Amino acid sequence: MPSDGKDADHAPGSLETPRSGRARSLRRLTPYLRPYILRLVLIWLATMTGLATSVAIPLVGKEIIDGPVGQGHGDALLPLGLLALALGAVEAFLTFVRRWTQTKAVLGLETAIRDDLYRHLQRLPMSFHGDWQSGQLLSRATTDLSTIRRFSGFGLLFLVMNLVQLVAVTVLLLRMYWPLGLLIVAAAVPIFAVSLRFEKRYRRVSRQVQDMQGDIATYVEEAALGIRTVKAFGRRPHVFAEFDTAARDIHRVSMDKVRLASRFFTFLEVIPNVTLAMVLLLGALAVGAGTLTLGTLVAFITLMLQLVWPIASLGYILAMAQEAMTSADRVMEVLDTEPDIVGGTEVIDRPRGHLRFEGVGFRFPGADRPVLRDVWLDVRPGETVAIVGATGSGKTTLTALVPRLLDVTSGRVTIDGRDIRDLSLPALRSMVATAFEEPTLFSMSVRENLTLGRDTVTEEELREALETVQATFAYDLPWGLDTRIGEQGMSLSGGQRQRLALARAVLVKPRILVLDDTLSALDVETEALVEQALRGVLADATGLVVAHRASTVLLADKVALLRDGTITHLGLHQELLSQVPEYRELLAQDADFDHEEALR
Amino acid sequence: MSGTATEAKDGARAGAATEPGRWRGVAAEKQDELPDKVSLLLRARSRRLLGDLLRPHRRAITLLIAVIVVSNAAALAIPYLVKVGIDSGIPPMLRHEGTGTLLATVAAILVAALTQAFTRQAFLQISGRIGQDVLLELRRRVFDHFQRLSLAFHERYTSGRVIARLTSDIDAIAEMLQSGFDSIVTAVLTMFGTAVLLLVLDLPLGAVALVPLPILLLFTRWFRRESSVVYRRTREAVALVIVHFVESMTGIRAVQAFRREPRNQEIFQELNTGYRDASARGMHLVAVFMPGIKLIGNLTVAVVLLYGGLLALHHAVTVGVLAAFLLYLRQFYEPMQEISQFYNTLQSAGAALSNLSGVLEERPEVAEPDHPVPLPRPRGAVRFEGAEFSYIDGVPILPRLHLEIPSGQIVALVGATGAGKTTVAKLIARFYDPTAGRVLLDGVDLRDLDEATLRRAVVTVTQENFLFTGTVADNIRFGRPDATPAEIEEAARAIGAHDFVAGLPDGYQTEVGKRGGRMSAGQRQLVAFARVFLADPALVILDEATSSLDVPSERLVQRALRTVLTGRTALIIAHRLSTVEIAERVLVMDAGRVVEDGPPDRLITEAGHYAGLHRAWLDSLS
Ligand SMILES: Nc1ncnc2c1ncn2[C@@H]1O[C@H](COP(=O)(O)OP(=O)(O)OP(=O)(O)O)[C@@H](O)[C@H]1O
Ligand SMILES: Nc1ncnc2c1ncn2[C@@H]1O[C@H](COP(=O)(O)OP(=O)(O)OP(=O)(O)O)[C@@H](O)[C@H]1O
Ligand SMILES: [Mg+2]
Ligand SMILES: [Mg+2]
Repeated sequence: MPSDGKDADHAPGSLETPRSGRARSLRRLTPYLRPYILRLVLIWLATMTGLATSVAIPLVGKEIIDGPVGQGHGDALLPLGLLALALGAVEAFLTFVRRWTQTKAVLGLETAIRDDLYRHLQRLPMSFHGDWQSGQLLSRATTDLSTIRRFSGFGLLFLVMNLVQLVAVTVLLLRMYWPLGLLIVAAAVPIFAVSLRFEKRYRRVSRQVQDMQGDIATYVEEAALGIRTVKAFGRRPHVFAEFDTAARDIHRVSMDKVRLASRFFTFLEVIPNVTLAMVLLLGALAVGAGTLTLGTLVAFITLMLQLVWPIASLGYILAMAQEAMTSADRVMEVLDTEPDIVGGTEVIDRPRGHLRFEGVGFRFPGADRPVLRDVWLDVRPGETVAIVGATGSGKTTLTALVPRLLDVTSGRVTIDGRDIRDLSLPALRSMVATAFEEPTLFSMSVRENLTLGRDTVTEEELREALETVQATFAYDLPWGLDTRIGEQGMSLSGGQRQRLALARAVLVKPRILVLDDTLSALDVETEALVEQALRGVLADATGLVVAHRASTVLLADKVALLRDGTITHLGLHQELLSQVPEYRELLAQDADFDHEEALR
Repeated sequence: MSGTATEAKDGARAGAATEPGRWRGVAAEKQDELPDKVSLLLRARSRRLLGDLLRPHRRAITLLIAVIVVSNAAALAIPYLVKVGIDSGIPPMLRHEGTGTLLATVAAILVAALTQAFTRQAFLQISGRIGQDVLLELRRRVFDHFQRLSLAFHERYTSGRVIARLTSDIDAIAEMLQSGFDSIVTAVLTMFGTAVLLLVLDLPLGAVALVPLPILLLFTRWFRRESSVVYRRTREAVALVIVHFVESMTGIRAVQAFRREPRNQEIFQELNTGYRDASARGMHLVAVFMPGIKLIGNLTVAVVLLYGGLLALHHAVTVGVLAAFLLYLRQFYEPMQEISQFYNTLQSAGAALSNLSGVLEERPEVAEPDHPVPLPRPRGAVRFEGAEFSYIDGVPILPRLHLEIPSGQIVALVGATGAGKTTVAKLIARFYDPTAGRVLLDGVDLRDLDEATLRRAVVTVTQENFLFTGTVADNIRFGRPDATPAEIEEAARAIGAHDFVAGLPDGYQTEVGKRGGRMSAGQRQLVAFARVFLADPALVILDEATSSLDVPSERLVQRALRTVLTGRTALIIAHRLSTVEIAERVLVMDAGRVVEDGPPDRLITEAGHYAGLHRAWLDSLS
């Protein structure tokens, strides 16, 4: 199920990105390394010197074989041996320096990108989050970032180190004996050609695998969050079968990846070995012809063997680079999504809370019909308006426009005469508090769920809010307000969850209070008590109350009837009840009730 | 009122930032992790799992070993052949005795190279397949096991951790299988082979070259000890990051509306930093370990040079042998680098594996019976016999409940919020087992019914409906996966949802979005409700299944219920008494007890709870 959701819209484009574009994503992440410039310099210095020493050690070996051993006098043996010893120690030390210094830089890179990704995701609007599965987002924030980290830590360094080593050794070999050196240069040609082809194909598979990993995460997430539903219907086999399909898909594509890599890796090992045989043959002939000393040939071959490993590991590193680029693409896809809801700069100093909808229209992206059209509504400061409408008529959508969780697509919403799009988001959202129809709670303490991190809230305010919504049960939880409530509040009863969510909105003492059908899970008696207390709260604030029941409507001063996406009637409850048949149909349960009773 | 956490923290505050981690709140013991046993046990446990996973691949592994041996023998032969070429191929040439030996050696090198290539590719593919098969099996097993574990476990463990186990832990193992496995096996074999060759080439010199081996082993042991702790910590740290990430994305609406972003960011960065620090410890260990090995290797090379040079001076070894030694020593220590590099991955994977094996050993608290009782024709009669239940020890929610619901009866369960109505429903659906007493379905203890039987007989529409990503039809079909489109439409029609579905842009094929986000609350409820009509159970539990509907829709559902529920037992939990009107019996619950029980007509006339509720409800309609 998840795969057809997001990736259909987002992934394919990037698959076709030209090669330079792909490297660009990765390059664009380099600013994250800026704080570590000094470290990077040190790392590269250590790497390069380390490389030089590691090349030098066999050369010392050659000197020993050619010099003291070959010529039969041992004086130079000890100094050369000590030199090898020293070089060996230095190389190890430099490796240590490189690795130790690197740790902070690469982890810093990973951590900083993850922080920024999270920050960015928090800024992206509801519409984005509605479309993107959190599994896909998660796999970007974890798997992809560690791929990038691994590449920037080891891959990139090894890639450069290998290339430098390859070039340096080749140059040395050319200088040592150029005809054989040329042979080695010639061997680079097929390697290069095959690498390019491999890269292109590997990119496609790795992108596929990475996207599938996101899908897997999504399946897991849904199965975990929906566990109650799965169990309630006994659909474990069904859910498992779907996961299984996804797992098998990823298995299949990963096997493609394995096969592709295995061919390439092998190729990279066979070429140097064949070259080695050629070198031995031609070198021996040259020795026979007297154009080459035996010592030089030994040194040549020793040095050349140093090429085998860098070339063989090139495959692994190139694969890693491909994956890192894909990962960078995937991360950039998110970071490049501009939030289309951004705040203005203005702040209302002393908000009165005069809320106006002026010819507001709203259409969900991709929908062919607008949900709302030409909505005019004026809610004066301190006034409360109830929104009544059938299921799916757009009430929630209307309320989401006020704190700009969604943005109007035509018309405007104003507060105290200012277009809310000119206000800064924190300023706007501190004026408006919403109790959502679905209580959105987190697995943290009750207190944190209510304050959501604002540490200026006093205990008295908390108690007051909890008392208003009849939620003093919270004090009776095992650890009082410090009790952690389960994920999404699942360790509470439905009504308890709803009241906590309501308390959260009340606690803010907002200028504008939006209640989206927030009493639906309460029993009638509790509901009456909450309504009683809410009246006091709503007296001070501007209120927008979504209601399905007459009792809730009575919280409001007037009622707006939402039909066909617009407000068709506005007036007092009793007025509408007597004059508007549609309204009566929606709210007059009693008539129907009597009718049903008569039937029994 | 703008509440960034950087704001001055003055005055009496109830806020959270006081101590790190306080926001998380207090929970029952062991809520955060699975009970941790000693690490020895952990290792034994993951070894068992690993053995279990590899067992089906025994033959492939045998083949793999053969292939590796050949491949490495070929790889090792190459430098040896080069030595032979230099030592015995060139001198005859110099003596003008022809190039026969040389050519033969070169041919041998080519053969070795090709053999190596062939076997190497085979190795990569076989090991890749084994690795992927293991991953697949592990994913399947862990996922399936999570789904089997009881609700109580999931409440404790949280979905974030489930996700962490099935993504980040699996990734760690995948990485090991992909790169680590290959390298380590090759490296170990290369080392072993090289060591033998060194000794064969020249015993004294070989002995000198291998002197540092015990030191290497000790060093490796040190690293393993240190890193196993560190990597376990890393795995847990990343799980915390994932948990927070998932939760904030799930609740992003509230996060944005209540400006929790700064606080969330603060928490996230704290967790992220924790993860970074844990990883840093691991990487620092490697930063000591790898150069340490390099040092030992390099020093050995130098000593061999010196000693070998001395021997060569006195013609105790040939130049060729010395040259070969230098080559082999490289070959000996180069893989050590590999090993140390991937030891890392291995340790990480080990920690992940022990997490997974921990999950797999977790036994469902709501266990499947050993000898399930068949229930061929469920009728849906429920009996509570002195059932007691508490979510948290010492806080009883249901104290000794006795209740009998005969089959075919439609029962309404009403009562104040938090009274325990949902808990009763959960016990009947066996989301939990009672802590004392029994719950019986058709006279059979629920604990004696297997899952499939129970779920066929009892279906619940939970208070919190959950839609899966997919189409409307997919979601309705969840009630019965083999339902035809016509049946799906019929179910929707029955509860009056057809009109709204038909009005959607793609009708039944409309995507409902993540967790049904593209539906309105009432529409979600209708879809969730339609499922139950497909499922066709003997006992239906409806827990506030129509609370978000408008009155006309609710009325339609009521009407549908009248027909659909005939012949079934039903437990309807509702606050709106209109929903209850179709019930022939009402149970009023208060603080976990049934305080009133009887037909609604009678209860209304008695001066009790229900009469009060009913009056209040009638008032609320005015
Ligand atoms: N993200 C979305 N994308 C597309 N359509 C959507 C989206 N969210 C809601 N809709 C559609 O917009 C319409 C209005 O939804 P809304 O949630 O505002 O209804 P509502 O009046 O609050 O209903 P209810 O009383 O059931 O809560 C519905 O038909 C719904 O299917
Ligand atoms: N998973 C849980 N862990 C701990 N306590 C729980 C859990 N679920 C419910 N409770 C507690 O058990 C009590 C009864 O909850 P239950 O959900 O049965 O109430 P309810 O009657 O359904 O209420 P509502 O009408 O509000 O849905 C409540 O006090 C609640 O806090
Ligand atoms: Mg709504
Ligand atoms: Mg409940």
